Amino acid sequence: MTSDSWPLWEVFVRSRRGLSHTHAGSLHAPDAEMALRNARDLYTRRSEGVSIWVVPSTEITASSPDEKDPFFEPSADKPYRHPTFYEIPEGVKHL
Amino acid sequence: MTAVTAGTTGTTGAPGVSDTAVAATQAAYEAVFDAAVAADERIEPRDWMPEAYRASLVRQIAQHAHSEIIGMQPEANWITRAPSLRRKAILMAKVQDEAGHGLYLYSAAETLGTSRDELLDKLHSGRQKYSSIFNYPTLTWADVGAIGWLVDGAAITNQVPLCRCSYGPYARAMVRVCKEESFHQRQGYEALLALSNGTEAQHAMAQDAVDRWWWPSLMMFGPPDDESTHTAQAMAWKIKRHTNDELRQRFVDIAVPQAEALGLTLPDPDLRWNEERGHYDFGPIDWTEFWDVLKGNGPCNDQRLSRRRQAHEDGAWVREAAAAYAEKHTGKHGEAQA
Amino acid sequence: MSTPDTRETAGPGVETSAITAAALALGDDALVLSHRLGEWAGSAPVLEEEVALANIALDLLGQARILLSLVGDEDELAYLREERSFRNAQLVEQPNGDFAHTIARQLYFSTYQHLLYGQLAAGDGPFAGLAAKAVKEVAYHQDHAEHWTLRLGDGTPESHDRMQRACDTLWRYTGELFQPVDGLDLDHTAMESAWLDSVTAVLTKATLTVPTGPRTGAWAAGAGRQGLHTESFGRMLAEMQHLHRSHPGATW
Repeated sequence: MTSDSWPLWEVFVRSRRGLSHTHAGSLHAPDAEMALRNARDLYTRRSEGVSIWVVPSTEITASSPDEKDPFFEPSADKPYRHPTFYEIPEGVKHL
Repeated sequence: MTAVTAGTTGTTGAPGVSDTAVAATQAAYEAVFDAAVAADERIEPRDWMPEAYRASLVRQIAQHAHSEIIGMQPEANWITRAPSLRRKAILMAKVQDEAGHGLYLYSAAETLGTSRDELLDKLHSGRQKYSSIFNYPTLTWADVGAIGWLVDGAAITNQVPLCRCSYGPYARAMVRVCKEESFHQRQGYEALLALSNGTEAQHAMAQDAVDRWWWPSLMMFGPPDDESTHTAQAMAWKIKRHTNDELRQRFVDIAVPQAEALGLTLPDPDLRWNEERGHYDFGPIDWTEFWDVLKGNGPCNDQRLSRRRQAHEDGAWVREAAAAYAEKHTGKHGEAQA
Repeated sequence: MSTPDTRETAGPGVETSAITAAALALGDDALVLSHRLGEWAGSAPVLEEEVALANIALDLLGQARILLSLVGDEDELAYLREERSFRNAQLVEQPNGDFAHTIARQLYFSTYQHLLYGQLAAGDGPFAGLAAKAVKEVAYHQDHAEHWTLRLGDGTPESHDRMQRACDTLWRYTGELFQPVDGLDLDHTAMESAWLDSVTAVLTKATLTVPTGPRTGAWAAGAGRQGLHTESFGRMLAEMQHLHRSHPGATW
């Protein structure tokens, strides 16, 4: 991570009273306060919501994606399959 | 975990599993993935997926996101000169939407394990592309109208089928984008109509813009099917639903009557209705120009990319400041980066 | 500071023109600041901020259109007046500079505008309806500016320096905001002290020094409201107006 990159936040929007918050997408923000404001500007600029939650993406714990299917189970807890799991020194190319 | 055996080389390798077992598991994963795609189910971020599928999606979504943010430039070029306050408000809202669409798409790409920083870095260093259409200049106000009508029109033709793309986050981002973009094309058409029905000078301005944007818009659908390297696989994976040529034809068929209603002509002497095919025939596209612009020799390639890089570099101290503040005041910044 | 010009006793004709003058002053403020923020499009420090700045610019443009329409045709007023006929405060016409300058300008102006619309919304004057809507928009602009002031002021040494410089540079344009405006029956003195309290609190929290220089230019007090502007404003108008003026009588 470089000093000017901001963490990722997941955004949940309650579209109107009586409904629960629904995942709308994600965004980057330096902290929770800014994340809320960015979410307001981005995900509710056409009055799509009455309430917003923001959660750091890394704070979300997920079950396996498809629990009725055991084939999927082993892959869910393997972040090392993803390229971003690995720290590569700056300047190293073609990886 | 116990009994760690010798290093496994397979990509799905887990300790204690033989290579044969790895291959069998891999085949089983693949079968489930193929079945899901065949059944028109959505693939979600934590599902197993072939690496090539992941790479292909990252490439396409990133290119799409880059196009949105580079695409802000040619139109932002006219915000400060918009000829009425109503047009100015519309244009600002539209350029803002493009930033928003870029954000939705980067967000979709990030679910595949590639960070926005990485993607921006690839854009800035020229390793990932954006739509070549934005390498053409907006020379007059009418270009804003032509972009809305033709470029957004072509984009919508391309994008509507993507709402059914097999990858869930991309499909959902596209639903949002398409919903918001419906006003983009209409405002462009309306702006051109006002010019076409306006003074002689305004009409000429509109015609000139359409003459310049028509062919590049047709090129937006990509090379002809027999030269398109990605189409077949992308269609098999249901990332793409129609071929380049199918979509291009669909766009031409829609645009011709719209041009007539505008009172403007399209710069193609071969354009005529083909009763037999039930489509408009159109003249040959200058693919030399297409490849040339793609390679970086369009009128604005350098300008667009340097402006983007400049904005990013100029903003570094701001992003650093906010990150430093967060670290001081919440202590959470580091943790959130795990 | 000049003495308040009380003209509400001068009869209905004058009252109308006083209201027109007030609408023009507030409308020009919003129009010009919206234009300046629009110049950021495509150059913001981060994508999320593109969206935020555009939201503010669009709110302001909406306010400008309503206010100018109270005076006459919005486009004639925006595009066909000369520089000397604009009544905006000089603060809003100041060039964007770096992001710190833009944020300092936003902080100074949105704090003022929030107090202004708050007072107007609470009254029963001709602007009460408009102000009731605008005050909510402006509260958000102020919140945005304050959050950024904190982050830039108390971020890195570089951002602190930039923010301090921006606050110092723009300080001299803030006195004008509290000059009495014809047609606005407001307690300017109370507004000014509330503004100072608010800005002082934010700057202090942001580890910034409250500027000590004069809050008006030495050569003129509140010149923007009288149609006297700064050099860059003419260039801004030239860009904004040239297309409209190149096609007299055309509709768009």
